[in-house]
Amino acid sequence: MIKYIIRRLITLVPIIIGVTLVVFTILEMTPGDPAKMMLGDGATLEQFEAFNEKFGLDKPFVSRFFNYILQLFTRFDFGTSWLTSRPVLDTLKARVPITLIIAVSSIAFASTIGVSLGVISAVKQYSKLDYVSRLTAMVLAAVPVFWLGMMLAILFALKLGWLPSSGTGSWKHYILPMMTLGLPYSARILRSTRGYMLEAVRQDFVRTARSKGVPERYVIWKHAFLNACLPVINTIGVYMGGLLGGAVVTENVFGCNGLGSFIINSVKRKDIPAVTGGTVFLAMIFALILLAVDILYAFVDPRIKARYTAKGAK
Amino acid sequence: MDTLNNTLLKVENLHVVYKARRETVYAVNGVSFCLKKGETLGLVGETGAGKTTTAYAIMRVLPDRTARIVNGIIEFEGYNLLDVPENLMRHGIRGEKIAIIFQDPMSALNPIMKVGDQIAEALKFHNKEDLSPERIEEQVDRTLELVGIQKERKYDFPHQLSGGMKQRVVIAIALVCEPVLIIADEPTTALDVTIQAQVLAMIDELREKLGTAMILITHDLGIVAQMCDNVAIMYAGEIIEIGSVEDIYSGKMQHPYTAGLFGSLPDLEKKTDRLHPIEGLMPDPTDLPKGCKFNPRCPRCMDICRNVQPEFTVEGTHKVACHLYGSGKGRGIDE
Repeated sequence: MIKYIIRRLITLVPIIIGVTLVVFTILEMTPGDPAKMMLGDGATLEQFEAFNEKFGLDKPFVSRFFNYILQLFTRFDFGTSWLTSRPVLDTLKARVPITLIIAVSSIAFASTIGVSLGVISAVKQYSKLDYVSRLTAMVLAAVPVFWLGMMLAILFALKLGWLPSSGTGSWKHYILPMMTLGLPYSARILRSTRGYMLEAVRQDFVRTARSKGVPERYVIWKHAFLNACLPVINTIGVYMGGLLGGAVVTENVFGCNGLGSFIINSVKRKDIPAVTGGTVFLAMIFALILLAVDILYAFVDPRIKARYTAKGAK
Repeated sequence: MDTLNNTLLKVENLHVVYKARRETVYAVNGVSFCLKKGETLGLVGETGAGKTTTAYAIMRVLPDRTARIVNGIIEFEGYNLLDVPENLMRHGIRGEKIAIIFQDPMSALNPIMKVGDQIAEALKFHNKEDLSPERIEEQVDRTLELVGIQKERKYDFPHQLSGGMKQRVVIAIALVCEPVLIIADEPTTALDVTIQAQVLAMIDELREKLGTAMILITHDLGIVAQMCDNVAIMYAGEIIEIGSVEDIYSGKMQHPYTAGLFGSLPDLEKKTDRLHPIEGLMPDPTDLPKGCKFNPRCPRCMDICRNVQPEFTVEGTHKVACHLYGSGKGRGIDE
């Protein structure tokens, strides 16, 4: 098992290099000379040259790319911001926790609501509760995040005054972003959980459990749900990626200074090292989450675990 | 059939339908039979004859969204199981007094649960003697050894076992609470022939040792001859012939459908060039024919068969529902 985890960690290296290459190339192709954008039209030729030399822009693309990769893997250095002349990593360190809190709390929120309602919806298929939760889910999944965010802010912050509408001072500040980001995903998780559960409760082994005289509650949770869990975990893992993206919009709506708003602002100002650093860091987090999902899988399903350990033993 | 106190299970006029969106499937149409303690009844018929539905109705594990038991009595140890509330059914009957061996061992076991735990589960929820966890484990070990699996294998997951072993585990699950009635729903169809014989011999041995009654659902007349005391032949949701094994295999009367079933069997002693399968298919259960359900396929069909549902003609323990017999409509089968 440990061997398997190590091997999976090693496969992250080419993934990170690939992501960096894509980000690097796309940003290279964006129009405009970085020095001119940073220093403005009034700067002298010497100032341009000094800027280019300072940030290595006088070197060719390939050499800059390899230099970046080298720095990343040897010193965990994400480059220096053109705007502030400070290491990008410092900014990331300050901002990533905010994004992670929002992302993790909303996925936890979304999973709790989505999975439990999904299971109930499946068990009581075609009941009133099933119709109501499916309808609500459909609406929530269709609503844009920024609109939902503003509506929630109007209701809870403006009208009721229960929660602050922007900033990151206390835990209360995180509730609205969490709900904004989590609700649409809870709807999606509900729908897929319901689907997988409906499949699971029709399996033969569920009937075996019933015929043994096992109480219905056990039949549903221990037999059907644990089996339906596998694809549900997978779905949630994939949604984590989209959720990190969704955090960008949510952070803007609620004025949280997270990774998302950092990347957006850096794009606006064409601070290429900051954009690259932020994106690559995001990709790393996502890859680690997918790895965690795979490992979780092995703990739920002994068949997968057997496959991993058999491979690892070689 | 016999004195009441000896009767374990009495099914009377059982009707089960499956309601789909627009149509109604008439799966079981008035099945009646009796089972004495320690006796084995073979339930024989083609796929779709309603054998499994009958079995699930007795256990009350029919899919509750679609299936309806519209009529009938299932009397078990003197109680009508159809009147027993669900929690009592779960608590006192299912798994404890009546157990079922499912037909497909590949899908009947939970893939992510150790087989030992799956066997122990039945015991845990029927723990009338208040066994400690250690005693339950002992009982699981004993049951596994009874079905011929080393007790160390209880820590295995189903995917680590062969098909035959999985079926043995399914049997162990059924046996662990020592039920008085086992319903074996085609226990060997998913296994290859060599293992089939082993598993059947094992079931029979265990059944005799524990004195359990059994309903053996199968479409294999060879198995029936080997293992059963009585046989019921089902067709399109009805029992068309019922009697002791001797009655069915060598009785004076024989339903043309039963004759067809025997005709589809290869005979080791006689040399024949080809088998004689029954022509045609089972009728559509949403639109059953009038009169005798077998009339469209019957080689000896008469006018009356298309209009009047035949009643049982009784001769001793042997009952046949066919117009060829009784009230003098065309006599004899061997002309």
